[in-house]
Amino acid sequence: MSEHCIVIGASHAAAQLVSSLRQEGWEGKISIVGDEPYLPYHRPPLSKAFFVGEKTEEDLLIRSADFYTKNKVDLLLGSRVTRIDRDAKKIILEDDVEVPYTKLVLTTGARVRKIPFVGSELAGVFYMRDLNDVKQTHKFTGPGKSAVIIGGGYIGLETAASLRKIGMNVTVIEAMSRVLQRVTAPEVSAFYTRIHTEEGVDIRTEAGVDAITGEQHVEGVRLADGSTIPADLVIIGVGVLPNVELAETAGLTVDNGIVVDEFATTNDSDIFAAGDCSNHYNPIYKRQLRLESVQNATDQAKIAAKAICGKPEVYRALPWFWSDQYDLKLQIAGLSQGFDQVVIRGDSEQGRSFAAFYFSEGNLIAVDAINRPKEFMMCKRALTAGQSADPLKLADESIEIKDAFN
Amino acid sequence: MPLIIYKSHDGNTQEVHAETGTSIMQAAVDNGIDGILGECGGCCSCATCHCYIDPAWVSKVSPADSTETDMLDCVLEPQETSRLSCQVIITDEMDGIIIAMPESQY
Repeated sequence: MSEHCIVIGASHAAAQLVSSLRQEGWEGKISIVGDEPYLPYHRPPLSKAFFVGEKTEEDLLIRSADFYTKNKVDLLLGSRVTRIDRDAKKIILEDDVEVPYTKLVLTTGARVRKIPFVGSELAGVFYMRDLNDVKQTHKFTGPGKSAVIIGGGYIGLETAASLRKIGMNVTVIEAMSRVLQRVTAPEVSAFYTRIHTEEGVDIRTEAGVDAITGEQHVEGVRLADGSTIPADLVIIGVGVLPNVELAETAGLTVDNGIVVDEFATTNDSDIFAAGDCSNHYNPIYKRQLRLESVQNATDQAKIAAKAICGKPEVYRALPWFWSDQYDLKLQIAGLSQGFDQVVIRGDSEQGRSFAAFYFSEGNLIAVDAINRPKEFMMCKRALTAGQSADPLKLADESIEIKDAFN
Repeated sequence: MPLIIYKSHDGNTQEVHAETGTSIMQAAVDNGIDGILGECGGCCSCATCHCYIDPAWVSKVSPADSTETDMLDCVLEPQETSRLSCQVIITDEMDGIIIAMPESQY
């Protein structure tokens, strides 16, 4: 049978993978199957530039439609895979159509974690993951209207900033004692709370949601303390879950994501996985990771393409992330989980620019850089090279950032 | 549609006709030019779309803002004509522009 590489999930990883396959010399057929009716698109702008109307649907496309035609990539969009038959090496689609593969890649991504609040089925309640969700929110937005955001993570805060930009009243409800608690130091949480408060957002921490209220359309959010916040729009952003069901049913190893080795290969040597849905070993941090990021989707897809083309290369990338809110450009290099020391360069209590460097047992592990592109770039390079830094030099702005690393 | 000539670090060139209004990064990504990555999708966050504008064409290109300048200070092998290609929007005046690419983006 002639070679056919099928990619399940029309995602960031898929867009990179098909391009890398052709660059690495794959001459067989390539197909992308996606359950959404869209070409692979950039998700980060959904809560930002697309949400406020600064980007159009076409601007979201990772690669133009032309790219797929030129590279002979078949697109089966709006089509759901129901099963993988590993013995017969074929996938089965919703309409029982069977498609044989020689190599299969799972880039199925993640889906929002849903919490069954009373009233979460009301019109005007949304999650912020898919283009379809965000397109529908536009009916409920507008200057002077009110929005309640459940969840003070990056998605929640980015959406809050976007809603303020279009003149809405915004309240953020966070169950923990501070926003971004799971991912940043207290200093960074305090900074974002200050900025959002200055920008007119009402941030409520240690607040539980009792119910979303309304008849047909959402009218408010009732908190555990009995108070109700009026709302025309409710956005829930409380994390995502990896889409592993297809892999699991097919007997592939799954453990908080589809488990792959350093070559993005699953326990079936003809099946690969990349991006948010995968769980891999990171040699820099020396542990298993499941990352939710564009960087991981694109970098791991390249590794999968190399393995498929018989040119295996070990995946060894430094995770990095970004978040844009108001005039703040947050750039994160590395993973801060497990830190035991934070060093602040600049002033986090005033102004809008500083960097928080994270250490564990004396070693630099990550940076959150806010309007500090140099700190981000230098730290990213140092972490990739396995270097650490001198905490005293990092904290001293009279010393050039490049001289703080060793 | 202006012609953009991408030149890899080893001197190979690829010619692309690109829509005006799109970026030098997006035109590269759409045409599978692998010297430019553009991981962040063009929001000036990752510096993986570093390029060198051919000196003869610098005057046709709008200057970099402070965020881009700071990031360019820290890329591998910066030069005077370094730019982040996601911030360079293609205009009709750029027809024939030569964009050189570094050996590596990181």
